[in-house]
Amino acid sequence: MMEDKKITKELVYEHGITDGEYEKILSILGREPSFTELGVFSVMWSEHCSYKNSKYWLKKFPTTGPSIMVKAGDENAGIIDIGDGLAVSFKIESHNHPSAVEPFQGAATGIGGIIRDIFTMGARPIALMDSLRFGKLSKPNVKRLLDGVVGGISHYGNCIGLPTVGGEIYFDETYEGNPLVNVFCLGILKHEDIALGCARGIGNSVYYVGAATGRDGIHGATFASEELTDEDRRPSVQVGDPFMEKLLLEACLELLQTDAVVGIQDMGAAGLTCSTCETASRGNAGIEIHLDKIPQREKKMSPYEILLSESQERMLVIVKKGREKEVENIFKKWDLHAVNVGKVTDGNMMRVFFHGDMVVEIPAKSLADDAPVYRREYVEPEYFNRLKNMDLSGVKIPADLSDCLKILLSDPTIADKSWVYEQYDYMVRTNTVVLPGKADASVIRLKKTDKLLALKTDCNGRYCYLDPYQGAMAAVAESARNVVCCGAKPLAVTDCLNFGNPMKKEIFWQFKNCVEGIIKACNKFETPVTGGNVSFYNETSNGAIDPTPVIGMVGLIDKEEYVTTSGYKNIGDTIVLLGPLDSSIGGSEYLSLIHNIKGGALPEFDIDLEKRVQDCCLFLIKSGIIQSAHDISEGGLAVSLSESCILGSGEKQFLGASIEISLLDERIDGILFGERQSRIIISIKPQDLESVIAQADTFGIPCTVLGKVVPDLLEIRYDGETIIREPVSGLSSVWNRELASSMA
Amino acid sequence: MLRFGVVVFPGSNCDHDCYYAIKHFVSDKVEFIWHKSDKINELDCIVLPGGFSYGDYLRTGAIARFSPVIEQVKRFARQGKLVIGICNGFQILLESGLLPGAMLRNRSLRFVCKYVSLKAVNTSIPFTCEISKNDILKIPVAHGEGNYYIDPQGFEELKKNNQIVFRYCDAQGNIDDASNPNGSVYNIAGICSKEGNVLGMMPHPERCCDARLGSLDGLAVFQSILKSLTLSH
Repeated sequence: MMEDKKITKELVYEHGITDGEYEKILSILGREPSFTELGVFSVMWSEHCSYKNSKYWLKKFPTTGPSIMVKAGDENAGIIDIGDGLAVSFKIESHNHPSAVEPFQGAATGIGGIIRDIFTMGARPIALMDSLRFGKLSKPNVKRLLDGVVGGISHYGNCIGLPTVGGEIYFDETYEGNPLVNVFCLGILKHEDIALGCARGIGNSVYYVGAATGRDGIHGATFASEELTDEDRRPSVQVGDPFMEKLLLEACLELLQTDAVVGIQDMGAAGLTCSTCETASRGNAGIEIHLDKIPQREKKMSPYEILLSESQERMLVIVKKGREKEVENIFKKWDLHAVNVGKVTDGNMMRVFFHGDMVVEIPAKSLADDAPVYRREYVEPEYFNRLKNMDLSGVKIPADLSDCLKILLSDPTIADKSWVYEQYDYMVRTNTVVLPGKADASVIRLKKTDKLLALKTDCNGRYCYLDPYQGAMAAVAESARNVVCCGAKPLAVTDCLNFGNPMKKEIFWQFKNCVEGIIKACNKFETPVTGGNVSFYNETSNGAIDPTPVIGMVGLIDKEEYVTTSGYKNIGDTIVLLGPLDSSIGGSEYLSLIHNIKGGALPEFDIDLEKRVQDCCLFLIKSGIIQSAHDISEGGLAVSLSESCILGSGEKQFLGASIEISLLDERIDGILFGERQSRIIISIKPQDLESVIAQADTFGIPCTVLGKVVPDLLEIRYDGETIIREPVSGLSSVWNRELASSMA
Repeated sequence: MLRFGVVVFPGSNCDHDCYYAIKHFVSDKVEFIWHKSDKINELDCIVLPGGFSYGDYLRTGAIARFSPVIEQVKRFARQGKLVIGICNGFQILLESGLLPGAMLRNRSLRFVCKYVSLKAVNTSIPFTCEISKNDILKIPVAHGEGNYYIDPQGFEELKKNNQIVFRYCDAQGNIDDASNPNGSVYNIAGICSKEGNVLGMMPHPERCCDARLGSLDGLAVFQSILKSLTLSH
């Protein structure tokens, strides 16, 4: 065994390994680890790779169902059946810390990583989404981060030729200094084309494919598992090459059409180390690789550096013995490196050689599966009851509610996002049936079938801070509601759980409660969790971010004619609210923006009612009755109505709405701007009103006629008195202008 | 049946979109041409698709022009046959000298993807013969470097030879600075060779050949090709 650096207590701690974990390493090896082995353990047992602090809770997610073909946690991404012999694979992942340090490359490599996770399953990636969180846009550094992150996503996604079709962006001071960049990719495949990340068959060859290895991103996984400090961490961030990945993608998909491949896995976090031991562990085999054969782009790299590098755009492929030439030819066609670096072996050992010397000898399973699992302590934070019981009855109702509406519409969280999505090629692959911003979710068609998919990410961090359990349920509910509004049946979710430091009991309480909320809601909507990612340590010197468990929902639309958008369609159509009228303002964007209050109890949330509202809406869509559907979320009823007016307006005609609300003895600001869940505003032909009312009754949900679609004006009357009367052209320019002018 | 070939460079990403649009809405006979090909089959029209050939490293289209297939494309063009370059394909035509001028980064310095309006100002070439002069087409752009530049002398040549084919305009057809998505000289969106058999355009006609995607205006370009080829056969 080659010796390089003496193992001391300090060195062990520097690797983020605790005394207890080191004891475990000693007992696994029956000896002291070498420096290289210590590095290997440290990345594989980091939170990022091992989920050691979250696993106990993640195992409680519902992960099975009739359509699940590959289950969460078993592979790089889950796979679900969508009928006709087709399946989809999708996943969301965080790239928060790299993006905080170097927003352009951080976001770009996030995209690269999630795309590899999908095509390594044998799926052809067809769409991307991004769920982004930044501090308040008034801060110069936030503008820099937003510009960089959007630029990075644009650079990578556009170049590789994948449409970025949707997602969401929030601006809130909780994310200042610690932006969230969660990236989602979805791919499609035939049932028979599923590829697995597994090494089996003694003597089969192990190939290294793609970009050469450099010193970039060494210890990236460990970096992702620490709080951000002011220390310059740029060397931990990698640089992406979307062109290389495009070649890799095409070559791998071509390769997988042959039957020469046993297993395939991308090199993401923990690079070569992770892909080697995980494939061996899944295949119940041993594996040996020779580091001197690995293509390197820097001189004199040590075994430690080669093993821990997180250079991008690399894959590990296990090839059937005797089929090597075939594989090499495909990569040659695409001008890519494909190097035979080792083989699958008998037993269970991962052995790594460097110029003939063995530098690592560790049981593969110990690295991949035997990381310690911790049950972290949790405690309800002091703020929880204090904020929940905050008395909001003293909050003054502003005199000018039109003005409030305009302030909300110009809030970058609510305002038009075209400044962002116009930097993304959202049309390439010619499947984007509904253009970004036009509906509550993104809709892509699946060529050669009648089917379409609706995709959406959702999470309101403020709700999750005020009430993690209900907030997380609401995130699932809203994402389901959004795909339903497009005419889809919710199928399954992927989640990206962004939290602070799990060693803090209050943070872990938020985590645990959010997980329980997701479990409750996913069971209710029958949408299993197919995989995802946990991102802890989202903290700066100013504290932790609001808990932000982002949900990525995928829904299936059976027929093109069900596709529904949010803009009003025809003057004279009747506007109807499915779900309850409500006036509670707790946790709302209104309360935060107008009154600068982050508090109050969240509005009542009845998940059974939510499900019935969604079922009713989908039923009405399938009956062909619904002209437009738009849910009520940030900004409440008034913002939802405004958006449907703006989105329904064309170059020649502005569409407005004439609305009459009577709900005596309730706060009017709450009715306009409150954010109770379980509500969808639809527009229908007047002659269909009776059947809508009858169906609402059948589904057991409240249903209120709000008014009708009219030209030009949004007018809202409350008990006969006009409280808002605004030309839609004006609302539209307020809504359209804000983000673009802030970033000009 | 007319035969189309879609060139695939490493990094092309609208190759499948062009293939799909042609196959389903234009002509059944369409094939991919690998960039390493030094021989091509009998074809009537070659399409250089959009994307990021060779990652657009160095300059857009700058490396692709050295692909073996480009010699074939040049020979094909010299024979008077039809070549259309869309987006990155246009950039490659500029770099390989089949069309005059150059591309700069968009003046916003950002990628831009959106529907734009185009005015067809030359409808006498094979790519626009089915379009009425001054018709306004809605076709999307998606590029980071679509800011067409040509020196004053070259510009005069373009005008003199009637080589300007499409110009960016607003929905009403007004050609002004506000409707210029990238800062192109003279709002130029597409130009052709002197002979009219080579067209380069930044907007993507292949993205709007299918009613389900919101506009059919791209089909007009392909139908023009079809019509002119049918007439000449």
